[in-house]
Amino acid sequence: MTVDNDTQPAPAAQPAGGFDNDNRQAGSVGDAARDYVNRLRGGDMGSLPAILGLVVLVAIFASLNDRFLTTYNMANLVIQASSIIVLAMGIVFVLLLGEIDLSAGVAGGACATITALMLIDYDWTWWMATLAGVAFGAVIGLAIGSLVALLGIPSFVVTLAFFLALQAVPLKLIGSGGSLRFNDPVLRGLSIKNVPASAGWIAAIVIVAVFAALSLWRFRSLSSKGLVHPPLGLVVIRIGVLAVIVLGLTALLNLNRSPNPTFNISGIPWAAPVVIALLLFWTFMLTKTRFGRHLYAVGGNAEAARRAGINVRRVKITAFVICTSMAALSGLLSASYTGKVSPGSGGQNVLLYAVAAAVIGGTSLFGGRGRAIDAVIGGLVIATIGNGLGLLNQAAYINFLVTGGVLLLAASVDAISRRRRSSAGV
Amino acid sequence: MVEPLLQLSGVNKSFGVVHVLHDVDFAVYPGQVTALVGDNGAGKSTLVKIIAGIYGRDSGDYRFEGKAVDVHGPRDVAGLGVEVVYQDLALCDNLDIVENMFLGREETTRFGLDEVSMETRARETLASLSVRTVKSVRQSVASLSGGQRQTVAIAKAVLWNSKVVLLDEPTAALGVAQTRQVLDLVRRLADRGLGVVLISHNMGDVLEVADRITALYLGRVAADVAAKDVTHGQIVELITAGRSGDLGIADSATAAV
Repeated sequence: MTVDNDTQPAPAAQPAGGFDNDNRQAGSVGDAARDYVNRLRGGDMGSLPAILGLVVLVAIFASLNDRFLTTYNMANLVIQASSIIVLAMGIVFVLLLGEIDLSAGVAGGACATITALMLIDYDWTWWMATLAGVAFGAVIGLAIGSLVALLGIPSFVVTLAFFLALQAVPLKLIGSGGSLRFNDPVLRGLSIKNVPASAGWIAAIVIVAVFAALSLWRFRSLSSKGLVHPPLGLVVIRIGVLAVIVLGLTALLNLNRSPNPTFNISGIPWAAPVVIALLLFWTFMLTKTRFGRHLYAVGGNAEAARRAGINVRRVKITAFVICTSMAALSGLLSASYTGKVSPGSGGQNVLLYAVAAAVIGGTSLFGGRGRAIDAVIGGLVIATIGNGLGLLNQAAYINFLVTGGVLLLAASVDAISRRRRSSAGV
Repeated sequence: MVEPLLQLSGVNKSFGVVHVLHDVDFAVYPGQVTALVGDNGAGKSTLVKIIAGIYGRDSGDYRFEGKAVDVHGPRDVAGLGVEVVYQDLALCDNLDIVENMFLGREETTRFGLDEVSMETRARETLASLSVRTVKSVRQSVASLSGGQRQTVAIAKAVLWNSKVVLLDEPTAALGVAQTRQVLDLVRRLADRGLGVVLISHNMGDVLEVADRITALYLGRVAADVAAKDVTHGQIVELITAGRSGDLGIADSATAAV
């Protein structure tokens, strides 16, 4: 048993729940670090490969092209990454179950088509049109989930069929070769407008303050009741890292980044708060609710979940509904960036980029392991590759090769760490 | 004699033309370990699944605490306070011990899952079972040894103040030291007043912890005896031949099978 060096409950508070070898905290920060290294050795890599990869990619692109690290390009990168991140976040839910959704990309394109049509042909307001698109996505998810969970068709086959069939929706509604403009001030503004600097600062400070307060409150309540808790030092380090990232990015994005001296572009692109809100919401759902717990349980051992009284079919269907609803939002972000919806929207490699993002971020293809933040980290990696290679004026085929290679690498890391986990038993 | 917690009498069960259980009587007493033994195909699993509510019965009574009860599914049985720990344990490797123990019955507050209450109760349950080997209740189940996993599965079953716990081959996959731990745990469950049913092929384990032994032979109860009244050899004869000396099924019955 490790030596406790933090505020510990008085021994009198423990006896009711104590048993031999009972270890309630990871000890000092040093112990926590050693624990972490052990988990890495055991194959529990989490997001570490993705973060290292991101650092390497940024270093390479920054050394090859001096425009890469400009704030103008950083803001651009955030916007490009947002649609990949949101789609990947949806994919995480089906990957958690050990399933796959190959149709999410084109589903997003179809949903964006519906939204654009509502905006243009029916003059709906932006939020009603958005709701229509997301509702269409939810219906697609319901259909896919029902076929997978109730009929028992492998999700690979069901979603492959939907991948083919859903491409018909925009083609029929828009017509071959055409495109719908996407210039609603709010939806288009997600990509071309920025949060006012003061509001950005307030939001950033609130996020850091709330995170710090919640972490410390949680630490206090866990340690006072003698429950398993991380050392205080680790909690403080986590708060510090978050503060540096959030406040640092806010400061960078609030600088004037216009390449043209006659006008000013500054502030956080509106796409970023959308991604952050979704990240917070789904992280809460995954870690703090019964639904989230059941999702992990079904992904880990569906039979055990069923015997524990969990409605496995409902969990599966819900996961697919969430996935395609998120795909709809992703389709809107993508349309907002390009300013139009065309029959090809969401096709090609959009879906594979998102799957790659989720897996690179640390979500397992085998089910049961993954977090919403994985999508953010992995999405940034994928977007960085596209953005950096674009700046280097590389031929498009290079982009395909590099992204494919990165996906294969991430999947290998996932498979190897899974093997090591089962032998090390972490 | 103490009244049985759980009593099945005259139970018959057929699958199509195969008559699996013939007029089986089976009783579980509080504070006792009842071993259910029998060769492969003797009907042990069928009997357990009838008790668990997974199979219905063709005829016969199901009584719990002296009262006849209607059992239509596993949920009814769980509602009575009868828990079954199956051989495969039904644990999720990617979740930790607390998460597994509360799976499907998570406690919540207004702000989501109530981790504080769940961890406290899980720790209390493990402590009350004198579990000594688990390092932390927040360890993932994948990192536990076979004996520890069995312990967690049993703790999960008793967490809900259950009155009867059925253990299907709890020591089948365990080494010597781990078998020791689990058998001690089985004994402690009975000492707490629970009715424990131990299904096992290992006669050493059975004779060590069981108070009563019910031997099944080709779907009939060959004997229902106190463990101290029989020897290892007698149990083996009851399992393989259905009779041993003056114990067991009469010749005419065995001849008819």
